[in-house]
Amino acid sequence: MDDSEAQFALTRLSRELWMELSPDLPRSVEYEACGTLWVAADEEEMREVRRKQEFYASRGVSTQILDALQLREAEPNLRDGLAGALLVNQDSVVYPPCAAVELIARSGATVLRARSVGIESQKVMLANGESLEAGVIINAAGIHAGALMPSVSVPIAPRKGHLLITDRYPGFVRHQLVELGYLKSAHSTTGSSVAFNVQPRRTGQLLIGSSRQFGVNSPDIDAPMMARMLRRATDFMPGIARLSAIRSWTGVRAATPDKLPLIGPCPGLPHAFIAAGHEGLGITTSLGTARILTDHIVGKTPPIPLSPYLPDRHA
Amino acid sequence: MPEITIDGRRVTVREQTSVAAAILQAGVSSFRRSVTGEPRAALCGMGICYECRVTIDGEPHALSCQTLCVDGMVVETT
Ligand SMILES: Cc1cc2nc3c(=O)[nH]c(=O)nc-3n(C[C@H](O)[C@H](O)[C@H](O)COP(=O)(O)OP(=O)(O)OC[C@H]3O[C@@H](n4cnc5c(N)ncnc54)[C@H](O)[C@@H]3O)c2cc1C
Ligand code: FES
Repeated sequence: MDDSEAQFALTRLSRELWMELSPDLPRSVEYEACGTLWVAADEEEMREVRRKQEFYASRGVSTQILDALQLREAEPNLRDGLAGALLVNQDSVVYPPCAAVELIARSGATVLRARSVGIESQKVMLANGESLEAGVIINAAGIHAGALMPSVSVPIAPRKGHLLITDRYPGFVRHQLVELGYLKSAHSTTGSSVAFNVQPRRTGQLLIGSSRQFGVNSPDIDAPMMARMLRRATDFMPGIARLSAIRSWTGVRAATPDKLPLIGPCPGLPHAFIAAGHEGLGITTSLGTARILTDHIVGKTPPIPLSPYLPDRHA
Repeated sequence: MPEITIDGRRVTVREQTSVAAAILQAGVSSFRRSVTGEPRAALCGMGICYECRVTIDGEPHALSCQTLCVDGMVVETT
């Protein structure tokens, strides 16, 4: 969330919006304010922990540094010998499909299911030959956003990731756990990488990630990649090897060259907007994206400036 | 004949008895609880449905229909 000032601003705004929503979200959304622990393996990473803490503190987000002993108490299933961690309180986990269902229901929107083949200024062309007209159109088609607007430059590249979910083991993991080395792997813009990332679900299930592969479009599970990812997980948490997995799958992140989403007017297509390219943060930043884009469209001043995310910034 | 503990009760079973069979013989009808708290019990008996999961010797989610009773084993249902 602190890759850049602009990414931090959108993430913080979104986190606040999630917190505002949280008291009356239904159970199905599984909102869980478990906090994030950025795990440091060695002294070098502890220096990064301290840098991160200062970065957050100077921007009004309080965090807490845990030493090796405190980390062990916080997460007994992590391996011995880790240096410590940064605890970001109030970071939360949600179950995105049910969150989406809930938010759509609240909005009172009419949902039509259809494949679009193109977007014009005030028209969405559908695969069945029909078209829909609207005063404002927002293209939120993820990695397919560019295909719907061939005349607009949409610099989004697919970045595949693997996920695995276990059976229920309540209490096995208490926080979202991310290795600090994750920064190194998430930053590389070529090649493939894995990093230790575990999220506890309210059910007691563990969601285990993560892998990153560029230029791969097939949704198939890549067994060697999955094996690498799980080895990384067991390096940090040996006990994971004894848990039983119930499902694994892949997804594709929509990555942009500067790791910031594209939010705002489509250059050359009046009344058309884009909201895509959130890479690995799009669940978190969904609410902030919606807020700043709707404010912009209705002529209000958004709580944070739209400029860093404008789709034509790469031009 | 192996003697095992099911939910704190000692039961003696014949050799080659599966844990699922031992649980049923002990008169326990709920092997585990679903996410919403409903009772669940062995269904397929052949390792496919995963309904028969119990904790065996501290290991949660063990398939009781695929595990044979061993002397001293500790089984917990919910
Ligand atoms: C492995 C992995 C782990 C992740 N972990 C996290 C995480 O921990 N936290 C986090 O915040 N984010 C995470 N993300 C990122 C997050 O999933 C995405 O950023 C987010 O889903 C993007 O949402 P979106 O609505 O922009 O795009 P999408 O979710 O891709 O939705 C695009 C939608 O457009 C539809 N569509 C596409 N083309 C057409 C068409 N022609 N006609 C009609 N509909 C169309 C698609 O069917 C789809 O429903 C992860 C992603 C992956 C792959
Ligand atoms: S009864 Fe179906 S797996 Fe054991």
